[in-house]
Amino acid sequence: MLSPLEIEALALSLKVALWAVACSLLPGIAIAWLLARREFPGKALVDGIVHLPLVLPPVALGYMLLVLFGRNGAIGAWLYDWFGINLVFSWRGAALAAAVMAFPLLVRAVRLSMETVDRRLETAAQTLGARPAWVFLTITLPLTTPGILTGVLLSFIRCLGEFGATITFAANVPGETRTLPLALYTALQVPGGEAGATRLAIISVILAIFALIASQYLAKQLSRRIGLH
Amino acid sequence: MLKLDITAQVGDFNITAAFGADAGITALFGPSGAGKTSLVNMLAGLQRPSQGRIVVQDTVLFDSTLGINLAPEQRRLGYVFQESRLFPHMTVANNLSYGERLVPGGIDRADRVDRDEVVDVLALAALLQRRPNTLSGGERQRVAIGRALLAAPRLLLMDEPLANLDAPRRAEILPFIERLRRQFDISIVYVSHNMDEIVRLADQLVVMADGAVVAQGPVDEITARLDLRALTGRWDAGAVLSTTVAEQDAADALTKLSFEGGDLWLPQLDLPIGATLRIRVRARDVSLALTPPAQISVLNVFPGIVLEVGEDDGPQVDVLVDIGSHLWARITKRSQRELDIKPGTKVHALIKAMAVDRNHVS
Repeated sequence: MLSPLEIEALALSLKVALWAVACSLLPGIAIAWLLARREFPGKALVDGIVHLPLVLPPVALGYMLLVLFGRNGAIGAWLYDWFGINLVFSWRGAALAAAVMAFPLLVRAVRLSMETVDRRLETAAQTLGARPAWVFLTITLPLTTPGILTGVLLSFIRCLGEFGATITFAANVPGETRTLPLALYTALQVPGGEAGATRLAIISVILAIFALIASQYLAKQLSRRIGLH
Repeated sequence: MLKLDITAQVGDFNITAAFGADAGITALFGPSGAGKTSLVNMLAGLQRPSQGRIVVQDTVLFDSTLGINLAPEQRRLGYVFQESRLFPHMTVANNLSYGERLVPGGIDRADRVDRDEVVDVLALAALLQRRPNTLSGGERQRVAIGRALLAAPRLLLMDEPLANLDAPRRAEILPFIERLRRQFDISIVYVSHNMDEIVRLADQLVVMADGAVVAQGPVDEITARLDLRALTGRWDAGAVLSTTVAEQDAADALTKLSFEGGDLWLPQLDLPIGATLRIRVRARDVSLALTPPAQISVLNVFPGIVLEVGEDDGPQVDVLVDIGSHLWARITKRSQRELDIKPGTKVHALIKAMAVDRNHVS
């Protein structure tokens, strides 16, 4: 039903998106917590930087990643010298590009959800003898799970569709960084590739719709489970 | 037990409070905005006084000169909030054990509260597997009380725990709180602006107004003070009598209560002889006569001396009578003038047995 090349692109997209989301989850929750619950100098700046990928052209962001994480970039050179990790032309680079692009969606969803957690419940937990870290783990975090789930699925979908930053930073290497959108783009570059492009577009649409429906269903289930509705 | 002496600035509002509380229930009473909740929050460590000292059971919780300010989680004070604040993502059973699991290991078994006993006293057995959002308001407050108790608190703080409940629910919870004191031997600071609740529950009363403590002492003493009448309430004003059940008359369905001023007959109470209880006799249910009345239906007549006659803008005055205990009578100004009632006048106070209903008995 799917050609080997299509399966390759689909599997790669899923792998890149999963890694991207998995690695950004903890930093995402931490930053959401900082923005939702802490006052500190430079908060507006942090907020702005987190949201930058939403407004910046993806190609520009890909280029910035290249400057920072390329073999000669400040961070890239260090990663290569010490760990032998090369991000350019690698699926890891595609995952980084996707993660950066999807990060604001994750942070936003978690933050909004965390802001709605009733702080009086946290106070109550404190009076029962819970230290702040325990309050966070047993009260704040569980009550934020609907937002975390929404954030995870939204950013996952965003990762699946990432194109501009990926092609600029990680390039278009078959089997390594050629995810669904890049495969679709490549197909369009070949004369007579429209049929293949259409098939890839349909796969992308089905994947996205499935993920969206799953996210809404799961979020509702979760809210009910934790007794919010 | 509890010693508190603090000053604090809350917004542009000043709080100056000094009081002590012994074992039993100490009520913190005052109109809204008097600073009661702020004071309790400072006890719990949720707000910081600007100066002073708070000591509970020999543990210094706060001392501005020594620089001590224990975090709320280190104070081990149970706090029952006005809104129950149950954790919505946990079952009742898990709500109950939340604080219980956090009790420091060094705490004696004797200081802990037995879980089965809490479940039993607060009648929570049927609720254990339920979620807070399926409970009624009264049930939630019972769970919240149990949750606070199981954290083995040094002192239980209750901030208007019944304020969000309607009258029937209140009546449902009150007996549970009464049982707490008896069963668990725990001291309670009970914030309320409802005199009926306080008279029924409290041993000691601390009256607050505009951020300051204006009076403190035993409930019957404070409620009998005329100078506090503006705060302790006028329409429902009354005196509190500490009594002991002396005799049951099954034939007439009456109960005899003895107190320092004599014996009082009331509609039968389902209590054993020797049981102690406080009753509240409202001023408007007491009449005065200059001579001992004869051939009258009123069962309870007490000779006494007028101590004080109140001032009032309306057609009535409140008269404080010493009958061995203090009793208030509300009479019309016309009667006062015609009978020439003034401090020192010998009178007979009449209390209709049926006037003291069960709601005023604790």
